[in-house]
Amino acid sequence: MTSMTASWQRTGRLAVSARVLVLTIGAIIMILPFAYMLSTSFKSQQYVLATPPQWIPHPATASNYVDAWNSDHFPRYFLNSLVVAIATTVLSLLLSSMMAYAFARFDFPGRETLFRILLLGLMIPAMMLIVPQFILAKYLGLLDSLAGLVVFYVASTLSLNTFLLRGFFETVPRELEQAMEVDGAGSITRYWRLVLPLARPALATATIFTFLASWDEYPWALTIINTPTRQTLPLGIALFQGQNSTLWGLVFAASVAAVGPVIVVFLIFQRHFVRGLTSGAVKG
Amino acid sequence: MTHVVPAVTSTRPQTPAAAPDEGVRSIHGRAPARRAAARRVAIPYAFLAPGFVLFAALIIYPMIRAFQMSFYDWRVVAGATSDFIGWQNYVTAFHDPIFWRAFANSGAYMAMTVPPQIVLGLLVAMLLNAKAPGRAVYRLLFYLPVVTSWVVVSLLFQYLFANAGLVNYVLHGAHATNGATSWLSGRWTAMVAISALGIWKGIGWSMMIFLAALQGVSRDLEEAALVDGAGRWRRFTTVTLHAIWPATIFVTVMLVIGGFNVFTSVLLMTGGGPADQTQVLLTFMYEQAFKYLDFGYGSAIAVLLTIVVFALSVVQLRVFRNRTLT
Repeated sequence: MTSMTASWQRTGRLAVSARVLVLTIGAIIMILPFAYMLSTSFKSQQYVLATPPQWIPHPATASNYVDAWNSDHFPRYFLNSLVVAIATTVLSLLLSSMMAYAFARFDFPGRETLFRILLLGLMIPAMMLIVPQFILAKYLGLLDSLAGLVVFYVASTLSLNTFLLRGFFETVPRELEQAMEVDGAGSITRYWRLVLPLARPALATATIFTFLASWDEYPWALTIINTPTRQTLPLGIALFQGQNSTLWGLVFAASVAAVGPVIVVFLIFQRHFVRGLTSGAVKG
Repeated sequence: MTHVVPAVTSTRPQTPAAAPDEGVRSIHGRAPARRAAARRVAIPYAFLAPGFVLFAALIIYPMIRAFQMSFYDWRVVAGATSDFIGWQNYVTAFHDPIFWRAFANSGAYMAMTVPPQIVLGLLVAMLLNAKAPGRAVYRLLFYLPVVTSWVVVSLLFQYLFANAGLVNYVLHGAHATNGATSWLSGRWTAMVAISALGIWKGIGWSMMIFLAALQGVSRDLEEAALVDGAGRWRRFTTVTLHAIWPATIFVTVMLVIGGFNVFTSVLLMTGGGPADQTQVLLTFMYEQAFKYLDFGYGSAIAVLLTIVVFALSVVQLRVFRNRTLT
């Protein structure tokens, strides 16, 4: 330890400052686009592509926010996204925690095979399925409906959530369950009253990933939704992108409104993010 | 990733007292006991059924269908029969110059985005792993782009790379270019802009994985290497890299898969244009399927993409496994 400490002290302060410097430059590069987006959301159209670019909007205006909010269906997009994300999260967590409980706590013929099939879902690119899924949604009458979004979002998040939750359920002491069973508790009671409450951290992780995935999803919504009142935020924001001249202030006011909640959720739950990432395959 | 439950042995509690009512009933007769036993066997399947049925119907079935459809001249119109045309859709793809361009663009995107994400992600992770003031804040800032929607960041980068945008202004100020590059109207400049977005959005993810892996680096080994007079670089290659090797494999495989699956950013930044110059496999597939309604051809492209991605993953895992670190 001594040689280590000595070495730290020798290089100590210089190394730390160099490190902080590199990190700061990196962090600024990461944040700059966001800052510029925020700035542009307060510019009126004639200044959005001004030369030299304005960092502090002058004159600043909040009209983009007002316009975005009052534009056709923006509050509706917001509501739709919220409904879809919440419904998806609740359903996906319920179904995947049930599956995870079966995989973690029971020994039954075909368990390995079924689990491997489920893991396939982590490897198939979502876009590969979009054509047959579209035909299926059409056949099921799910085109152009929020239900069509929810059902397919749930299906596509089952693999990851089951994988995450199964890993956590296995760490719940078996003795607790046996004690409950002796007291006459059936498997549903044990699942609902014991395993789920104990798995709250893992459920939090799964909640965040599922919520974000359905809040941000674009290709599937683009494919099946046509009616403006059924569109979600990503579709709504992309709609502001014009064919020739985009109203950038409007786009970014809407974007800030859409990203804001995500950042807040992320800040509150960030330790669950770290845990979720380290426990498996998660690509944001 | 696919370590499949070797640890779990007997999952059901086997204490005799576990099912008192069962024991009582079996005194009276065999049939109720057998029914109770049957119910026990059915329990795990009951827990699995709702989720698994949904998964099988909406993920596994479409996967099989994608393969099947790729052999048909698929008619979207109700009532029209779709003709089996064998390998024709694949032959069409192999003779389609835009398919090959899209393939090359996807590959180029992958090649341009994967190495920087690994190197920069690891660099940031190592800087953050050592004691530094405000680590949590830095970690957060680097991760922010990862959680932001692809739609938002794609439009943001389209704006930054616009002709009169910030990137041109900065490059002009730095005398790197004359400031008049029309980034999104040329094939390679557009791919650079799209790749820049991919790298910027992805660094935080690989950083997080590497940060977790770095927790597993043995302090003792590092110290031993230091005592042996190993320099910084040598310590990195012998101790650190060895410990994070599995994470590196994971990150690489996932990023290569992700690279070939680039879609939303291309769709929103260039739309595959101008004149199909920046089509990638998925934007091309999407256009064939949902603009020209050629579902068979679209499926064939999707299947080809899947095969390429799968083959690349297998090759990578082989290469990584055979490479021994000393």
